[in-house]
Amino acid sequence: MKILTRHFDNPKLHELETYRALGGYQGLAKARGMAPQAVQEEVKKSNLRGLGGAGFPVGMKWSTVPPPEKAPERFVVANFDESEPGCFKDRVLGTRAPHQILEGLLIACHAVSARWGFVFIRGEYADQYDILKKAVAEAEAAGLCGDVKVRLMRGAGAYICGLDTALLETMEGKKAWPRQPPPFPTVVGLMGKPTVVNNVETLSMLPHILVNGGQWFADIGAKGDPARRIHPSGGTAVYSVSGDVERPGIYEFAMGTPLRQIIEAAGGVRGGRALKAVIPGGTSTPPLAASEIDVPMDFDSLRGVGSFLGAGGIVVLDETRDMVEVSHNIERFLAHESCGQCTPCREGSEWTTRILERVLEGGGVEPDLANLRRVGENIAGKVICALGDTVGMVVRGYMKKFPEDFAKRLPAKPAEAAR
Amino acid sequence: MTAKRVTFKLNGVTLEAPEGQLVIEAAKAAGVEIPHYCYHPALGNPGNCRLCVVEVAGAPKPMVSCRTQVREGLEVYTDSEPARRAQASSLELHLVNHPLDCPVCDQSGECGLQDYYMKFGRYDSQVREAKEHKRKRLEIGPHVMLDQERCVLCTRCTRFTEKITKTSELGIFGRGHKEFVDLAPGQRLDNAYSGNTVDLCPVGALTDKDFRFKVRVWYLDQTPSICADCSRGCNVSLHTNTKRPWHDEGRRLARVKPRHNPEVNQWWLCDEGRYGFKKFDEDRLGRVMRLIPYRRELAWETALDELASELRRELEALGPEGLAVVASGALSNEDWAAFKAFFVDALGCKRFLFAPQPDQLGIEDDLLRRKEKVPNLEGGKALGFGSAVASLSWERLEADLEAGKIWGLYLIERDAARFWGAKASALLSKPRLVVWQGPWKGRTGELAHFRLPATAHIEEDGHFTNFEGRIQAYQKALEPLGQARPDWSIFEGLRQRLGAAQKAAR
Repeated sequence: MKILTRHFDNPKLHELETYRALGGYQGLAKARGMAPQAVQEEVKKSNLRGLGGAGFPVGMKWSTVPPPEKAPERFVVANFDESEPGCFKDRVLGTRAPHQILEGLLIACHAVSARWGFVFIRGEYADQYDILKKAVAEAEAAGLCGDVKVRLMRGAGAYICGLDTALLETMEGKKAWPRQPPPFPTVVGLMGKPTVVNNVETLSMLPHILVNGGQWFADIGAKGDPARRIHPSGGTAVYSVSGDVERPGIYEFAMGTPLRQIIEAAGGVRGGRALKAVIPGGTSTPPLAASEIDVPMDFDSLRGVGSFLGAGGIVVLDETRDMVEVSHNIERFLAHESCGQCTPCREGSEWTTRILERVLEGGGVEPDLANLRRVGENIAGKVICALGDTVGMVVRGYMKKFPEDFAKRLPAKPAEAAR
Repeated sequence: MTAKRVTFKLNGVTLEAPEGQLVIEAAKAAGVEIPHYCYHPALGNPGNCRLCVVEVAGAPKPMVSCRTQVREGLEVYTDSEPARRAQASSLELHLVNHPLDCPVCDQSGECGLQDYYMKFGRYDSQVREAKEHKRKRLEIGPHVMLDQERCVLCTRCTRFTEKITKTSELGIFGRGHKEFVDLAPGQRLDNAYSGNTVDLCPVGALTDKDFRFKVRVWYLDQTPSICADCSRGCNVSLHTNTKRPWHDEGRRLARVKPRHNPEVNQWWLCDEGRYGFKKFDEDRLGRVMRLIPYRRELAWETALDELASELRRELEALGPEGLAVVASGALSNEDWAAFKAFFVDALGCKRFLFAPQPDQLGIEDDLLRRKEKVPNLEGGKALGFGSAVASLSWERLEADLEAGKIWGLYLIERDAARFWGAKASALLSKPRLVVWQGPWKGRTGELAHFRLPATAHIEEDGHFTNFEGRIQAYQKALEPLGQARPDWSIFEGLRQRLGAAQKAAR
């Protein structure tokens, strides 16, 4: 099932004319014919959840924005700061279908009565910035923006800015240190005004929900199972598949599609090797063992196997991969990107990395495993934002599922006689 | 409007607190200490140190008590096993990259890391890795030294310069574990309140340039006092070094720290008040001296007898109009009372100079500093000095001296000679009797007939009345130097000797 990538074989999709000829901006027209409240209701019905990683129901997020009489000024920010290693779907969406993002942004602005729509785009995405800038100019010239002012803003290269509150801080010109909700950005956001921050993939879904109805979207997705605390996830998700597969790239599947099916669509494990592990949602999500890949890909089912859907960055790892190396690589990235605001993440990410580094260099000692586990536990749950939780979670995830890789690098317990 | 009071449970004890109060504050009020670095009531609760974690019943993970509000039925544990473990683990992470250079660190003995390790840590170190190195011994301003390695990045100092002085000299630079506190480009930490960053720093990252390596803090005694450097009356604590006199170059007063008083100075003290204390150990008077017509040391009783008899002689011959008295708001309430009893009630003097003329005026701002650089003008005013009795100006006094209207000049603590400069010797040679009384020698001290050593306020008990009329007590922190006596006892000694006779004569 393809929604966002349906017309991606059309090389001119990024142009306004083509996009409109294929039905573009009809969702916006329909939304503008509805009361903002009605748009919110339709999106609630669709079970659309935030595809940037958090999976928060979009309609519910919007409904927490205070009414215009209490806060006349409000903003919508499209989060285009895709920085998660293993994720590149937003880049493709922005390259191929910038108008889809823009239309979604304008619908969101209408739904929360905002007259300012921002796109915060990762600094390294220079091409996508140019493409989007052109799309905005086209839309403005065609009068599609109405009374909404759309502004693009480029990031300065920090991973943490993908987190909504850090993104808002950097937009205000400050150091990108995440805020601690409450209050949530929908109440106190950019410049202290109510602000909705939605991922660009999430926004891209909106035109299709408006045109085809919330029920249509909900029916495509995963129905959920309230008894197992699995909530419905509407529509599809676009996965970035990379690593040891035959055909890396982006693949769109309905919510709830088994991971195995997605890997098979990408041609399976490269070179006929055996599968060892899969990172399901980008490198900050803990890995799955080869035996776990029949899990349905939706926000809540993945929790059952100790991981997350994240932003759908599937990284396939074959039998030749060493999990100490993999976890060290990821922890080193997180330590480098830790914003430094709160102590457990700032110190713990680097400490974890250094222990892994020493183990990799052959200097591992017997207490290292227990210590890595303990440090991870001491970070998770005690930090301001999700990056810190990730630091504690990732290494423990690899240790739990691939203990033999770690054990092999550590000396056996010293024999009694040798002491 | 007062907040609704609610009941909540702290470590199993049912307590009452205003609804919405931060748990860390409510616990403090109940005498329960929760370790913390970043939280400060005046600087907010960024919640970045993650040390004040507590267990909240029903919460899936530890909560930071500096961002958790008291509500009806809340159940908090600060000393349960999970809470203790959370606090200890947070402390452990603070110490991963800390250099542990306590033996050469000035913060030793009053360090948040040391204290919390003993109270909440007590684990065995698991660190086998090399520590992160950053810059050390940075002179970031006239008073403050920075050691970036010792810093726990709590941002108290940066928030102080941002919110309190609004000067923003300091910032956090870099990212992750390479992050460090430093001066903003082109800045120096030279605002008038820079020393407060040292108090705020919970560790040894910011230390006092002046105090560094002078004396270990555990050798110091602390005495509550009032800053005498302007009329604000900031509450201070005097840290004195009498147990190790060979330390700190013999200075008895090692440093001055602010004492919290929400109504006067909050937590703060200006740099003038904080670093001006060296004067208490420099250029001091200790001996009672007669300098003119011949130089000799006297016992107090002899000096007071001689001075009283000379005053009596001149008063009888020339009357009290020719006696000019220079005093100031540096006198305590006790001094002012004895001053008035002697000079006004007993002698009938009329020529007074006590107003803060340029020698006692300075910079004022909207945080603490007042332009009158003396502590107790109000104490004098309460007795009529400034209302019933008017003050001369220096110019007027100078003119009166030139005109020969003055036979006697009684100077208390105000260094007229320094103020008059080159003219001083000539002017001070005009009166028949010049008395210099005060804690310091000054230039005037060399030109007077009598030189009477008085105690500085840190060497006596007393009271000052600040600019808004608040009467505040200060305590004796040190023994007087030499034979120095409180001003009031000198006035009283003279009054007893000649007051009665004078009154009878009138």
